[in-house]
Amino acid sequence: MAHLVSIDDVDMRYGGAEGTLAVSGLAMRVDKGDFAAVVGPSGCGKSTLMKLVTGLHIPQVGTVIVAGQHVTQPVSIVGMAFQNPTMLPWRTTLENILLPLEIVERHRHRLRANRREYIEKVEHLLELVGLKGFGAKFPWQLSGGMQQRANLCRALIHEPELLMLDEPFGALDAFTREELWCVIRDLHAAQGVTIVLVTHDLREAAFLADKIFVMSARPGRILKEHRVPFERPRDLEIMYETRFNDLVHQLHGEIAQARAVA
Amino acid sequence: MTITTENSTAPAIVAKQPARINWVKAAPWLFTLGLFLFWELLVRGLGTPVTILPAPSRIFQAVVQYWSPLLKNSAQTLFTTTLGFGLAVVGGLAIGLFIGWSKTIYAGLYPIMIGFNAIPKVAVVPILVIWFGIGTIPAVITAFLISFFPIVVNVATGLATIEPETEDVLRALGAKKLDIMLKVGIPRSMPYFFGSLKIAITLAFVGSVLSETVASNYGLGNMMASAQSQFNVPLVFAGLLALAVEGIAMYSLMAWIERRMTGWAHRSTMAN
Repeated sequence: MAHLVSIDDVDMRYGGAEGTLAVSGLAMRVDKGDFAAVVGPSGCGKSTLMKLVTGLHIPQVGTVIVAGQHVTQPVSIVGMAFQNPTMLPWRTTLENILLPLEIVERHRHRLRANRREYIEKVEHLLELVGLKGFGAKFPWQLSGGMQQRANLCRALIHEPELLMLDEPFGALDAFTREELWCVIRDLHAAQGVTIVLVTHDLREAAFLADKIFVMSARPGRILKEHRVPFERPRDLEIMYETRFNDLVHQLHGEIAQARAVA
Repeated sequence: MTITTENSTAPAIVAKQPARINWVKAAPWLFTLGLFLFWELLVRGLGTPVTILPAPSRIFQAVVQYWSPLLKNSAQTLFTTTLGFGLAVVGGLAIGLFIGWSKTIYAGLYPIMIGFNAIPKVAVVPILVIWFGIGTIPAVITAFLISFFPIVVNVATGLATIEPETEDVLRALGAKKLDIMLKVGIPRSMPYFFGSLKIAITLAFVGSVLSETVASNYGLGNMMASAQSQFNVPLVFAGLLALAVEGIAMYSLMAWIERRMTGWAHRSTMAN
């Protein structure tokens, strides 16, 4: 089991035989512990990719294998976070983060008896993302960046092997975004979790990822795979270096071309 | 938030200017008083006969004169209304959850519900009388029929508008439909539900009084109908006044319950 995620020759069509073909001939592999980023022109099927890997959609053609299992139903070893933090406003931040534990089979029966232990886990995660002491606050008492941090905690609380992030920082201002890049970078280093990040932001992809997949316009497929050579741990300063800008420039060129072809 | 700030600043201001009045708080009373004054002056100025439009002073006189039947009939109307409304809450919540559960049920039942709602309830009362005789039961059922529709629609809307991302996050964790409903759908629809209670309670009064007017020996509707047939117009207006008071009281109660139960929804809008 060398690859945590392997996708082979996947076609996914929405709305029956005559519907839109979202991805076609999609193939990619993500190793365990890797940080992969997926970039591409808008409407290239990045969100479809998310849903294929998490088992929310089952492809018509091809195979999706996650953690050695053929994906035929939602896989509960995955945590997800979207651009919209979707915190439930009637729950405190702590209760929001506990929500996945009330769902996942492995935890839901243990939750009541071991609540203390789980709450400690939440508090540890909150501390990791810089939200120590905010557990009792309601989501609407938090800023956008803080909500997104809490969202990351919620995605990680059930100790998923794979974290799928769909433009989680899209709605944040530049400085908050950079702060959260560092949070993600540190989480990845500390937890050893495999991360797939779908993003529009090329600098974000280059800063965070080990591997960058460039997707074509619809129907989406992988045009190119880049290995990011920068050593870890990376500092935000790296973004002002020439080799970093060269990579971003190259990615930019490839996506511009993919858009032009479409 | 405005209330707390006013409370905290008020004592300081009162110390300096003792005559300061909270106009916002006083406004409902002042406007009601103004309405009655305007009405009184209008009736006196135009010399309207009491059988057409009695002046408020004449109506209050009728309230004092007929206080015993007014009280008894008000209690009866309040009873039928509350009972019908209570049934509507239970039934509306149940049907709303049922409809919101699946798109197919929603698509299938919604037109039927609209059809039922469009039927004038005054046409239904005679059928109810055939089934149950006159009196309390048709009044309760009419109150139920007229007030449960807004509850159903609101609960179903709350369920139908769950954010797809939330659903995806939970489904990816292996959540069943029931999990999503219990954890997200139902709490989410609660502000809609409690909001709809305010509309439903006023409609319930319309239903019960309607039924009492057509087919009952008790209640404000019946009292007003017989007062009207005796040209006792001040008593008719006294009945309307009693209804208005009951309506406002029950509405405030629902508004209070709404604030108590779904404070998070209100606080969140204030925070934004």
